[in-house]
Amino acid sequence: MTVITFIQHDGSERMVDGDVGLSLMESALKHDVPGIDADCGGGAICGTCHCFVEVSGDLPAPDPQETAMLGLRPDRADNSRLACQIVVSDGMADVTVRLPEFQM
Amino acid sequence: MNMPVGASVPDYRAMPLEELDVSDPRMFQHDYWHELFARLRDECPVHYQPDSPAGPFWSVTRYEDIVAIERDTETFSSEPSIAIIDPEPDMILKMFIAMDPPEHDDQRRAVHHVVAPRNLQEFETLIRERTVEVLDSLPEDEPFDWVKLVSRDLTTKMLATLFDYPWEERNSLTEWSDMFTSDVRITAGEGSTREVIIEHMTVCLQRFTELWHERKGDGKETFDLIRMLQADPNTENMVDDPLTYMGNIMLLIVGGNDTTRNSMSGGVVFLNEFPDEMAKVRQNPHLIPSMVSEIIRYQTPLPHMRRTTTKDVELNGQKISKGEKVVLWFLSGNYDDAVIERPNDFWIDRPSVRNHLSFGAGIHRCMGNRLAEMQLRILWEEVLQRFETIEVVGEPKRTCNLFIRGFTELPVKVTRFQP
Repeated sequence: MTVITFIQHDGSERMVDGDVGLSLMESALKHDVPGIDADCGGGAICGTCHCFVEVSGDLPAPDPQETAMLGLRPDRADNSRLACQIVVSDGMADVTVRLPEFQM
Repeated sequence: MNMPVGASVPDYRAMPLEELDVSDPRMFQHDYWHELFARLRDECPVHYQPDSPAGPFWSVTRYEDIVAIERDTETFSSEPSIAIIDPEPDMILKMFIAMDPPEHDDQRRAVHHVVAPRNLQEFETLIRERTVEVLDSLPEDEPFDWVKLVSRDLTTKMLATLFDYPWEERNSLTEWSDMFTSDVRITAGEGSTREVIIEHMTVCLQRFTELWHERKGDGKETFDLIRMLQADPNTENMVDDPLTYMGNIMLLIVGGNDTTRNSMSGGVVFLNEFPDEMAKVRQNPHLIPSMVSEIIRYQTPLPHMRRTTTKDVELNGQKISKGEKVVLWFLSGNYDDAVIERPNDFWIDRPSVRNHLSFGAGIHRCMGNRLAEMQLRILWEEVLQRFETIEVVGEPKRTCNLFIRGFTELPVKVTRFQP
């Protein structure tokens, strides 16, 4: 079981069990975790599920579309990702997802 | 539909596909575009029109095809223009909406923070004050023009507030915005010629250049878009490059004008056409943000953007050559029932209501979308608190412009709640 810890900009935390096959974005919506808007519904074409991801181990690297969208964010960091593009897989390590101050 | 005497609606279902005219702005003026795009989506989702006032172009009308193109910025370039008409070679304004990566990304990042939600909070109180003033001054129990007294007035005031533009001159902002998007070739001859547009652009640039120099280093701790450009290291010298400064000013003026203005009018029309939805939002004002997204989808104030192919490409069975114009019909995508459930219904709490194409998609997705949503949310919060009825009492008049879907006149009558 992969545990996802969402940390809001104000520091408040929420842990949820990640379902295999659901993206971090979908897990957040399923559990009503605020801070992710997901305007486009998961296509990496709106950039409103931006987050900062910490995980022990490797994640699949962002594809060119995700990289393009992340490139627009003034608050981009090395661990910036779009939550819709990271899908929980079997045996994936626990992951910490920090939400930015706002989506735009 | 308010067709002039003697005019008729083209029989879009019966005409041969190659005769379909996707360049005639009268389809928006008289609101008869539904059948045209429905047929294109069904039978010819990538359609070529060899001849139009703006030259030959392709039309892409299905939601999924539009998204696919927006993802492929290498093949479908935003240069030299996102308008169906090519710019004059000596007058190519530098604006990031009409640039490709990586230059696009740097320019956009530099001004993006202007409309970041943190800054919007600073504007919220002001915007609400302006909205309240406008609504409280409306006549009661007599017809008035909602476009003039509310949509136009409010967006002009908001724009002047964002720029801290000289208040008594504020109407120039809206006049410029209207003019820059009204080339004769996309307005069935009703707009302005290229020469007149350039003349006015020059005046606009002059005025904004004066304001830049007046403000530069005056030490005032106020907050406006010009000062924000001056404060950022990436844009602090933008005034020295007139085509870039003008491009960004124009983008902010146009982007923050017709779009919001016409959605402000559209909402009134839709809630009159769908009284059950009005009852719903009256019952549950928490639906206002969702309703705002639905208004923006249903209106689609900017019905298209244009891309240009950088190489030969095949799309949905059609071969498009390098260098051709490809027009993405966001309006059509927003009414594509393959993606949008019951698209012809104005449905304020529809599932995935934010999932529409009015802001575009991908790296060029509207930068001001949060500001637009905030303006519309505040408007409807204040309207619903004040007015017991908002009734459309005459036929709306619509804009004759291929680039803008909007209203020029909307006769409305309101009654206020009795205290």
